[in-house]
Amino acid sequence: MTAEEEVLERIKVIISERKDEVGEVVEKDAAILTEDLSVSYHGRVAIEDISIKFRRNAITAIIGPSGCGKSTLLRSLNRMNDLIPGALVSGKVLFNGIDIYSRDVDPVYIRSRIGMVFQRPNPFPMSIFDNVAFGLRVNGFKLTKDELRKRVQEALVKAALWDEVKDRLDAHAYSLSGGQQQRLCIARALAVEPEVLLLDEPTVSLDPISTSKIERLLVALKHDYTIIIVTHNMQQAARVSDYTAVMMPDENLIGRLIEFGPTKEIFTSPKDSRTEAYISGRVS
Amino acid sequence: MGYLSSEQFLRSVKRRRAQDKLFMVVVLAATLVSTLALIVIFVTLSVESVSFFTRVSVIEFLTGTKWTVLFADKHFGVLPLLNATLMTSLIAIAVAGPAGIAAAVYLSEYASQRFRNFMKPVIETLSGVPTVVYGYFALYFVTPNFLRAFWEDLSIHNALAVGLMIGVLTLPIVVSISDDAMKAVPYDLRLAAYSLGSRKIDVVFRVVLPAALSGVVASIVLAFARAMGETMIAAIAGGFRPVLSFNLGESMQTMTSYLAQVATGDAPHGTIEYQSLFAVGLLLLVITATLNFIGLKVIRRWEIRY
Ligand SMILES: Nc1ncnc2c1ncn2[C@@H]1O[C@H](COP(=O)(O)OP(=O)(O)OP(=O)(O)O)[C@@H](O)[C@H]1O
Ligand SMILES: [Mg+2]
Repeated sequence: MTAEEEVLERIKVIISERKDEVGEVVEKDAAILTEDLSVSYHGRVAIEDISIKFRRNAITAIIGPSGCGKSTLLRSLNRMNDLIPGALVSGKVLFNGIDIYSRDVDPVYIRSRIGMVFQRPNPFPMSIFDNVAFGLRVNGFKLTKDELRKRVQEALVKAALWDEVKDRLDAHAYSLSGGQQQRLCIARALAVEPEVLLLDEPTVSLDPISTSKIERLLVALKHDYTIIIVTHNMQQAARVSDYTAVMMPDENLIGRLIEFGPTKEIFTSPKDSRTEAYISGRVS
Repeated sequence: MGYLSSEQFLRSVKRRRAQDKLFMVVVLAATLVSTLALIVIFVTLSVESVSFFTRVSVIEFLTGTKWTVLFADKHFGVLPLLNATLMTSLIAIAVAGPAGIAAAVYLSEYASQRFRNFMKPVIETLSGVPTVVYGYFALYFVTPNFLRAFWEDLSIHNALAVGLMIGVLTLPIVVSISDDAMKAVPYDLRLAAYSLGSRKIDVVFRVVLPAALSGVVASIVLAFARAMGETMIAAIAGGFRPVLSFNLGESMQTMTSYLAQVATGDAPHGTIEYQSLFAVGLLLLVITATLNFIGLKVIRRWEIRY
């Protein structure tokens, strides 16, 4: 058996161990959907004509080779692209039916409803408690001290970090390990109580144990949140996601969505030959 | 590039090691020379001060409220000079601190890259202006045309004008170091704050400034040390009146201005006037060197943080 076949075999095992079944995403089930979404940087098109439905209370993985525009797509879902000089978005992104790029929508509000976790853990240089409370404070939640403490605790519990930090909430966030820091970042995002959580390769910088902790955490969270995760790790996508979107650069290096559907189908019977090649590691 | 034979390889390693060593020696020498200069100055001041302190007790020097060394009835209390130095420096920091931090926030967080690149050298030029120019500006413009508009019986030599002008002089120190500290805050942290629904003002005041705090504090400490050492402005616009007063509108002599007055006069060797120079100089050196040391220590802290 070649290495590629072995990889495919492992993924098939992972997939076959998953009991849950999902159907096609219909519009009324989509928390976020995009229509002909394109993004360019300084006039150079990075992704084009992406139309995709992200199902509510499910995990959607975005996979594809480096530079195909996964992060770009993710950032355009909560208007983080607004902060990148030269970025221009066209097409539509509907969040609960509202076009988030329409002129009367406040991007700050959108970001408080659609949270984000980044590739590298990036806690603020302050205490663990203040990190989690940050979003509550800037969003002007009028909370008493006890309510604030309660919300921070809830977020840390959800992020499966509470037991490890409950005795040292005042410790500096940098005193945590990388994996703990990333869970802190997840807690920080959850504290604001968003509907959607975007994660851009949240486990690449982590060890296997931290990674599997975060994977289990995401699966647990999907009952309350809509989760969209960019990952380079095929097995991770196979383990956690319900749906998978495959992106690929075309001949002009413009990122396109080449395939989207239930993860099982994408990994076991892809329609596009490039998908299989990518999953097995023949292209990267 | 071809492969090296093992012999060539060894030779090139040896050569590079020698280069490394040479470089280290040069750098070490440079470090030693500057350290040596400081030590020589410190020792010279100390030695001369010893003769001063055999004639005047340290207690009298540090706690006395009259400084009349150049008069017939001599008193050697340094407090009037120290007070004038602290007052003018505090005024300077009251100006340079808030204005400098505000300017740094603007440059680092709001200004376009182009404007920042244009403004930074302009601001740094402010500290390149010969301080004698600031001194005359304070004396002939700031006091008569500006300050007297609000404060009619202001003395022509006064601590306020000195402090304000030193404030302008030290502004670039605060702007430059604070701006660097804020720019050094990783962009990641700003993005994280935005992704949680922050507005720009929250990003600046809740993330960037707190993260850059030690750099900002260091900039203030270093500016304060520089303000205490400023001589020309104090000598020209502050006058040579060693009185212990808290009235900013009065003429008062700072430590530096006393040094300038005596050193440019002709106090003969061995006289108490001559020796007092070194005692005051030593005190000034100790205070400013301590402040500089603290400031640089604090800066180092934010440099290793990220
Ligand atoms: N800030 C930016 N400014 C200009 N061009 C950018 C910027 N960010 C991304 N791009 C370009 O857009 C394209 C897509 O980049 P993007 O980061 O979205 O890819 P990615 O799929 O996330 O890659 P990776 O897997 O390496 O993270 C690339 O060609 C990249 O050069
Ligand atoms: Mg990316």
